[in-house]
Amino acid sequence: MTDVQASGPVLAADGRPLKRSLARALRRQKLRALMLIAPLLFFVAITFVIPIGSMLFRSIENNIVGDTLPETVLAIASWDSASGELPDEEVYAAFVRDMIVAVKNKTHTRLGSRLNYELAGISSMFRQSGRQVRKWDPVEDAPFRDKLIDVHKGWGEVSTWALIQTYSGPYTSGYFLNAVDLQLTPEGIKLQPEEKRILIKLFIRTLVMSLIITGACILLGYPVAWLLANLPTRKANLLLILVLLPFWTSLLVRTSAWKVMLQQQGVINDVLVWLGFVADDSRLIMINNQFGTIVAMTHILLPFMILPMFSVMQTIPPSYLRAAKSLGATNWTAFWRVYFPQSIPGIGAGCILVFILSIGYYITPEIVGGTKGVFISNRIAYHISSSLNWGLAAALGTILLVVVLMLYWAYDRIVGIDNVKLG
Amino acid sequence: MKLKTLILTAASSAFIALPALAQEMTIVSWGGAYTKSQINAYHTPYSEMTGVTIINDDSAAEAVAKLRAMNEAGNVTWDVVDVVAADAIRLCDEGLAMEIDPDTQLADAPDGTKASEDFGDLIVSDCFIPQIVYSTTFGYRTDMVGDTPPTDVCAVFDTATYPGKRSLEKRPINNMEWALICDGVAKDDVYDVLATAEGQQQALDKLATIKDDVIWWSAGADTPQLLADGEVVMGSTYNGRLFSVIEEQNQPVAMLWDAQVFDLDGWIIPTGLSPERQARALDYVKFATDTQRLADQAKYISYGPARKSSAPLVGKHATLGIDMAPHMPTDPDNAKNTFLYNYVFWADFRDDIDAKFQAWLAQ
Repeated sequence: MTDVQASGPVLAADGRPLKRSLARALRRQKLRALMLIAPLLFFVAITFVIPIGSMLFRSIENNIVGDTLPETVLAIASWDSASGELPDEEVYAAFVRDMIVAVKNKTHTRLGSRLNYELAGISSMFRQSGRQVRKWDPVEDAPFRDKLIDVHKGWGEVSTWALIQTYSGPYTSGYFLNAVDLQLTPEGIKLQPEEKRILIKLFIRTLVMSLIITGACILLGYPVAWLLANLPTRKANLLLILVLLPFWTSLLVRTSAWKVMLQQQGVINDVLVWLGFVADDSRLIMINNQFGTIVAMTHILLPFMILPMFSVMQTIPPSYLRAAKSLGATNWTAFWRVYFPQSIPGIGAGCILVFILSIGYYITPEIVGGTKGVFISNRIAYHISSSLNWGLAAALGTILLVVVLMLYWAYDRIVGIDNVKLG
Repeated sequence: MKLKTLILTAASSAFIALPALAQEMTIVSWGGAYTKSQINAYHTPYSEMTGVTIINDDSAAEAVAKLRAMNEAGNVTWDVVDVVAADAIRLCDEGLAMEIDPDTQLADAPDGTKASEDFGDLIVSDCFIPQIVYSTTFGYRTDMVGDTPPTDVCAVFDTATYPGKRSLEKRPINNMEWALICDGVAKDDVYDVLATAEGQQQALDKLATIKDDVIWWSAGADTPQLLADGEVVMGSTYNGRLFSVIEEQNQPVAMLWDAQVFDLDGWIIPTGLSPERQARALDYVKFATDTQRLADQAKYISYGPARKSSAPLVGKHATLGIDMAPHMPTDPDNAKNTFLYNYVFWADFRDDIDAKFQAWLAQ
């Protein structure tokens, strides 16, 4: 090729270079495809990504202190809490000026409940002081230090001001630290006092019990799925309805039914006493503990295990087993070496479904779990709806999400996510 | 052409629907027998009088969280909300409930007494309009306590005399107070003791003596069910629930009024309503908390009316025909030894003690 001019780039019919023309057509196609899924993308972003993202953001957001007490936050920055001395009058005056504005906007009590999560008693300090401060004039009534301490002796304690200083930034790691049984103090990060440590324990319990439930679902679900896949279609359909029937019943009804079955004056205990297996005064305790949670949740989640297993097993030709046997394999070898490996994708899909669902379970452990069978989600629900500590709830939720993603990643590395089939 | 008619019809019906919408209000309460008593005593007469349609929503248990979310979204869909006093204080603190002036915005008593005086101390927050006094107290199985039925709250901690399970609420409030009283702390000192870490530990240690015998409940219906099934020998719950087990379902259960804890339930009006919705909410609340209406509610459920002037008007149960006065928690015979829920204390210490309590439960 010596004559570049002659060969040149290949041209399309309209005289433009073919390469560019092709790229353009491809781009247009992609754009059209994107337009087709745009409504779905938009829907997912609006209803899923943005709300969850904003909820997770609450786990570090801490604007409330700086917004409610802007002058105090500036004035207190130079104070050294380790000195053991109270901040000077300037801080108190700034605080009173901030409070007068906050009381007018009714935001001071909101800040009080925020800080009360970190130090019990601050909530009423803000409420009480608010009633007094609104009568004060920021100039004429100065100085304020002794007046504030008169209103509530808490303002005369270094720990109060140190707490405000520690939490004065717009972002805080405090919620995440609380979520793993640590606390952010003026002296740095510390362990929670022993009598308040509970969340790590709940995280571990949630993971361990979810694993047990997943295991129980495999053991119970595998034979059922096998039966479903190998029975004649008519019988299999009938059986499938039996599997699906509880699935269509309300979750609460099924959980409450377990209560009736398992309680000490319940059906199972009554039958055992009647048969003479158990003495009347030593009835078995099967509910309001971990056992109750495992039984009820295994029952509720079983269809999520059976259905993927069933749909995978349906695709395994029965002739493979016959071929293995005709080549001399025993029943067990034929199952274990030929059938079982082909059913693993179904088990994998079932495991992921059941495990991830059970990690976030909340209502069943609440009803049948007693004290030792509750999950981390019960604490999240408590902080969302009762204590209103949404920051801590968001931090707990974020950690749970990260743990699930990590497990998913580990699963992908060990088993391989391509090895999962829903049918 | 067809499409055009369709759009026109849709648009015009939307306009017709608007005024109808304006005549609706959503009232949030607790559901069950309690909401029924409110429908009978307040909603039905109010609807007949004004033509306003009332929609009931049973989400009072999550009212604070939901109102906070609605407020952040800028779309408050509730008009009047029934909450316990502790929640009313929190809603007021968060700026989610509007402040009420009882003397100008609520009805006077028939004899002209101002509302603020008629409700008295029960107005525990500037945003709170008291409605009923209820109590958390114990019920026991009469057939499971032998010949010496309990008369003292400390029977709960006496597993030797009264063997069997007990049901207690899965939260520190009330349980910590009862534990301290039964551990020898004087009633007046309970909250001073409970404000210290040692006092909290003392209460938990006392509860630990019966920990293996306790079924912890989280829904008010749990204890009545556990009592009816004979799962527990005694258990705490709201007095109205026990009334229904004893009088309406005729179960072998009796009340142990000793050391009952009074609590209040009442209305709040959310902030952020449009002026006409707010005016209607105020109008409803003024009607529903007048002397006669509060006394009427006691015909359907055994909770005491919050107005002093309503007490003499309390009559018989609407269907059972029994006198309601002896079943009221405020009846002098029942109220020999009582507590009033300490709102200020629990607003401060709830988060702290709850963390300890839950950690203790999980041990």
